[in-house]
This record gives sequence, C-alpha cells and structure tokens, in this order.
Amino acid sequence: MKRLLLTLLGAASLTVVASAQMLINGAGATFPQPIYTKWFDAYAKVDPSVRFNYQGIGSGGGQKQILAETVDFGASDGPMSDENLAKAPRTLWHIPTVAGAVVISYNLPGDPKLKLDGPTVAAIFLGKITRWNDPAIAGQNPGVSLPDQDILVVHRSDGSGTSYIFTDYLSSVSDEWKTKVGKNTSVNWPAGLGGKGNPGVAGQVKQSPGAIGYVELAYAIQNKLPYADIKNSAGNYITPSIDSVTAALATATIPDDFRFSMVNPPGADAYPIAGTTWLLVYQQQKDPAKGKKLVEFLRWAYTDGEKMAADLLYAPLPANVQARALQRVAEIKY
Amino acid sequence: MNAPGEAAPIPTGPPLAPPRRLADLAFRWIALLAALTIVALIGLVGWELYHGAGPAVRRFGIAFLGNSTWDPVTDRYGAWPFIFGTLVSSAIALVIAVPLGVATALYLTEFAPVRIRQPVIMIIEMLAAVPSVIFGLWGIFVLIPWMRDHFFRWLQGAFGFLPLFQGPIYGVSMLAGGIIVAIMILPIVTSISREILRSVPDLQREAAYALGATHWEVIRVAVLSYARRGIFGAAVLGLGRALGETMAVTMVIGNRPEVSASLFAPGYTLASVIANEFTEATSDLYLNALFELGLVLLILTVLVNVLAQLMLRTITGGASGKVN
Repeated sequence: MKRLLLTLLGAASLTVVASAQMLINGAGATFPQPIYTKWFDAYAKVDPSVRFNYQGIGSGGGQKQILAETVDFGASDGPMSDENLAKAPRTLWHIPTVAGAVVISYNLPGDPKLKLDGPTVAAIFLGKITRWNDPAIAGQNPGVSLPDQDILVVHRSDGSGTSYIFTDYLSSVSDEWKTKVGKNTSVNWPAGLGGKGNPGVAGQVKQSPGAIGYVELAYAIQNKLPYADIKNSAGNYITPSIDSVTAALATATIPDDFRFSMVNPPGADAYPIAGTTWLLVYQQQKDPAKGKKLVEFLRWAYTDGEKMAADLLYAPLPANVQARALQRVAEIKY
Repeated sequence: MNAPGEAAPIPTGPPLAPPRRLADLAFRWIALLAALTIVALIGLVGWELYHGAGPAVRRFGIAFLGNSTWDPVTDRYGAWPFIFGTLVSSAIALVIAVPLGVATALYLTEFAPVRIRQPVIMIIEMLAAVPSVIFGLWGIFVLIPWMRDHFFRWLQGAFGFLPLFQGPIYGVSMLAGGIIVAIMILPIVTSISREILRSVPDLQREAAYALGATHWEVIRVAVLSYARRGIFGAAVLGLGRALGETMAVTMVIGNRPEVSASLFAPGYTLASVIANEFTEATSDLYLNALFELGLVLLILTVLVNVLAQLMLRTITGGASGKVN
C-alpha cells in the first residue's frame, strides 16, 4: 500500500515538472510532418524550456484550427483561399518553410526513363491520350520502345497537398484542365482510379502494368520508383531532385503575402511540378511569452533548421526566400 | 380436483414487494441511466450530423441523393454514386458471406468431430480480430493481383455475356470491395449462426429422425427452419458491419465516384469518401456535404435495419417454425 502511494506521488510530481515547460501547439499538413518533428526534436536541445506539439490532421484541419485559435500555429500545403483568410480575427501570415516536388511514376517493362512535357501529362490525365505508343509520347522518347498498351491513370483518392501541387501544374499547362477540372486538394478527376495516400498510388502503379500516377519526390526516392523527366518552361527536360526544386523556388514569383504558386517557374534548371508548404502564424501573438518562444524557434528554423531539410529529402528555401522569411518573422509582434 | 387431461395450476405467491432498500433503488437508476445514455448517444450523433450538414441540405435539397457529380472545385456535390457503391458492395458481401457462414456453422454444429470444433472456432474468431487496414493491405498486394490475373479473367470468360462481368479489368473494383467485406463479416455471421444453431433443441432433431428423415432433411426441416429468425438476424448484423466498413474497402475499390453496371469497374462508398476527404476539406460547403454523406449513411443503416425487421416478420409470419 505504502509503495503504491509512493509511486503515485512520484508520477504526480513528474507531471508537475513536465507542466513547468511551456507547450506550444501546432496542427496541419502531413507532408512536412517529418521535418517539423525533426526540428522540434533538435530545438528541444537548443532551448529545453519549450516543447512543441504538432498534430498532422491535414491542411484543412490546420487552417480551421488556426482560424479558431485553438493552436498557436497552423500548417498548410496549399495557401488559404481569400474567403478563408477573411475569416481570421487578425492579420494571419503565411510563411513558407520547405518545398517538395511531385513526380510522375509509371509501370513499363524495363523501367525506361521517360521524357514528358506539360500538355502531354495533362492529356494523359484528362483521358485524351489512352495508349502508351501514342505519337505525343513516342515523339519525346525516341529510342524507347513503348508498348501498345492502355494507359491506366492513378490519382489520389484522399485530399492532399500533393494533388494540389499537381492540379495547379496541370491548370497552368492546359487550358482545358483549368476550365474542366481546376485545382484543389481534391478534384473531380476525369479519368483513372484513386489510391489512398502516396502508398496507395505507388502500390497501384507498381501492381498494374501500364499504369501512370503521381507521388511525392521523397516517397519516390525512398521506394526507388521510376519517374519521368518533365519539360520546364525554359524548354529543358529536368530530372526531379532537391536541387531542381530549390532552383524552382529561387526563380518563382513570390508576392509579399507569400501566397504563391511555384509551378512552371521560368528558371532554366527549375523542376516545374513543385510546391511549398506554409506555416500559418498571426502577426500579433495572443500570449507574449509563447509568442517570444515561437519567434525564437522560427528564427532558428530558418537558419539552422533549413540545413536539415535535404537529409529528409525536402528542398530547403534558397537564400533569397530565406531572407524574406526571416524578415517576416522579425515583424511578428508579441 | 382437476378434470382429467388438465395440467395442474402453477402455484403463485404474493406479488414481489417494490424495492425499498437503497442498493436496489440505486441499481435500478444506474441501469436506467445506462440505457438512456445509449439512446442519447445515438440521438446526439444524428443531431450533430444534421447540424453539420445544415447548409448543404438547404443548398442541395433532395436532389443531393440523385446527383452524380462530386466536384470540390466548383462546390457541386451529389451522393448517388456513393449510395450505389455502398449498397452494391454490401449486397455482394452478403451474397458471399451468408451462405458460407451458415454452411460453416452447420458443419461445426452437425458434422464436425468434437475435437476439431474448438480450434476451428478459435481460428474464425481470430479472423474477426484482424484490423481492417491489414485486410486492405493484404487485399492490395495479394488478393487484387491474383484476382486480376486469374479469377476475374475466368469470370469474364465464363459469364461475360452478363453486363455484370463486362468491361476492362483493373483489379481494384466493386467486386474486390465486396469480397474483402465478405471476409470481414464472415466471423460475425458464422459465430452468431453457430450460437443460433446450437440453441435448436435436440427434441426437434429427434422428432424429425423419428419421422424417418435423412440427415439433410433433419437439418433442413428441423434445424434450419427453427433457426430462420436467428440466421436472418445474423445476416442483418453482418450487413450493418458491411455498410460501415471503411479502410479495407477504400484500399481495394478503386475510389472512383461512378455508377457502372460492371462489377469489374471501380466504385466508391459513403464511408470511404468521408474517410478520404474529410481532413483536407477546406471550404465550408465541402465539409457540410461530407457531413451530409454521413447523415445519409446513418439513415441508410437505420432504413436497412427497419426493412430487415419487416422482412423478418413476413418471412417467419411471427412464428418460430417449431415442429409441433
């Protein structure tokens, strides 16, 4: 009995110690969750007085929670729409953290390296090009023997930032896609099957001969999937990689409020199907102590944190964007 | 003294005294509270769904149930492909699981040597313990390739004249969804059927044997007709689970909101679309439409159960099928 009471007392005192630490809550996108988790882990060694708690509930959830102010910061793979942003009680800022790419993966005998351009990809996903040996594809890939087989399109069934980036790209290279389908985390796909999550799409593509689908670059590299080189607006076929994504970010047009799209940027080495993920923070923080800790963390993230991005297969912000982000962080009041 | 042939009257004592002790009263109220909590919980779920679906219900009206477009970009939503998918995949699951489950239960109660009964029962119960996601993964990597390359091709070859088995074969399909759900509801149907069949009194069987019936006739006349109600109940319970099955279905059904006559075409169910799109739904109308789908699923489940009860009454005519 005495031992039980003592252990209970010990456990209770532990919780008291834990609550002496400041807890900052965030919620939102699942795409950057691995890098954010690593940042929080590393930052705990830099400043042990603050602890971060992040829940990957999805971009939609992140936007809702920061609007309701149940969390201290939100995270979203797509920028908030004007109507959603108007609901914010105070000025709400988007600050980009890292970027990722969307690659086109396929299942063809021999795993050839394909070259595709934007209009061809759009036509495939619109269901207009239905066979692999179509002249549009064969013309860009001389020397590759393409089978006379149906193309099976695979897309995401769940809403996701990856779909947002991909449909954003298709809208920018195909007017028909823009009017008929549009861009969103979830759209009315004209053709193909839906797979759940990156594993669902990749699994479906791997299992079905003649399938084509889109997945995150990090996922494709980790699972050694074959992916295509895509033609960018400068006319070069670029292999998706962390460097080509950072190059895309460096040449993208970034307005003052950071709500930008970086698909099809003008750079010569830029990979065209890429997108960034944002943190959503209020300009005026509600709690001064928490606000101060949050700003310190953000400053660390944009200087030291960005160096960890490449190891986890995220593209870090290029120097010019990093400087602008730090400037925005300096303007946060608490 | 009673007349010859009349049974002796059942002795009755004075009526039970109402509970006066505190423990009795307290227990009565706690039990009442528990019952009310469950009813209140269902009511709360229904109300919350209705409340969340409000703007979508007002905007789309009853046409929501018949509309086939699901477009989050232009905010146009319709539930028909999902209702169709839910009903069809559940129907396929029932058609596969109920005969299989009842046959298994019959084997376990009538034919199986006593020694192997317990192990087989344990294995079937373990099937129920496997998480839904594992079934989905197994479906994607094992079942779908085998079905695409062998089973579906055979079906198309043998029954291709029916519109049900025409069209291109992708592997992921309505039929695959139905088969996965059938595997998942099999344990429920089997174990409840087994309990029902076990509860058939031996007197029924002995009476049928005495009349000169063969083993199969005994089962058909004495056991199955006595157990009709219970087996129907087992099927309804299985159907209830099938209607709500989410994760395993979404991994093998193809997730395409389309209505097609072919079982090889991909489909989509109510539970799958809610699970897939809820977290990333950014616009308010989108969320409300998903809530409305949840409300439709709840109403569908209730309707199906009510229909089942009505069917039960007409099939059995209120009687339990005893051989008197």
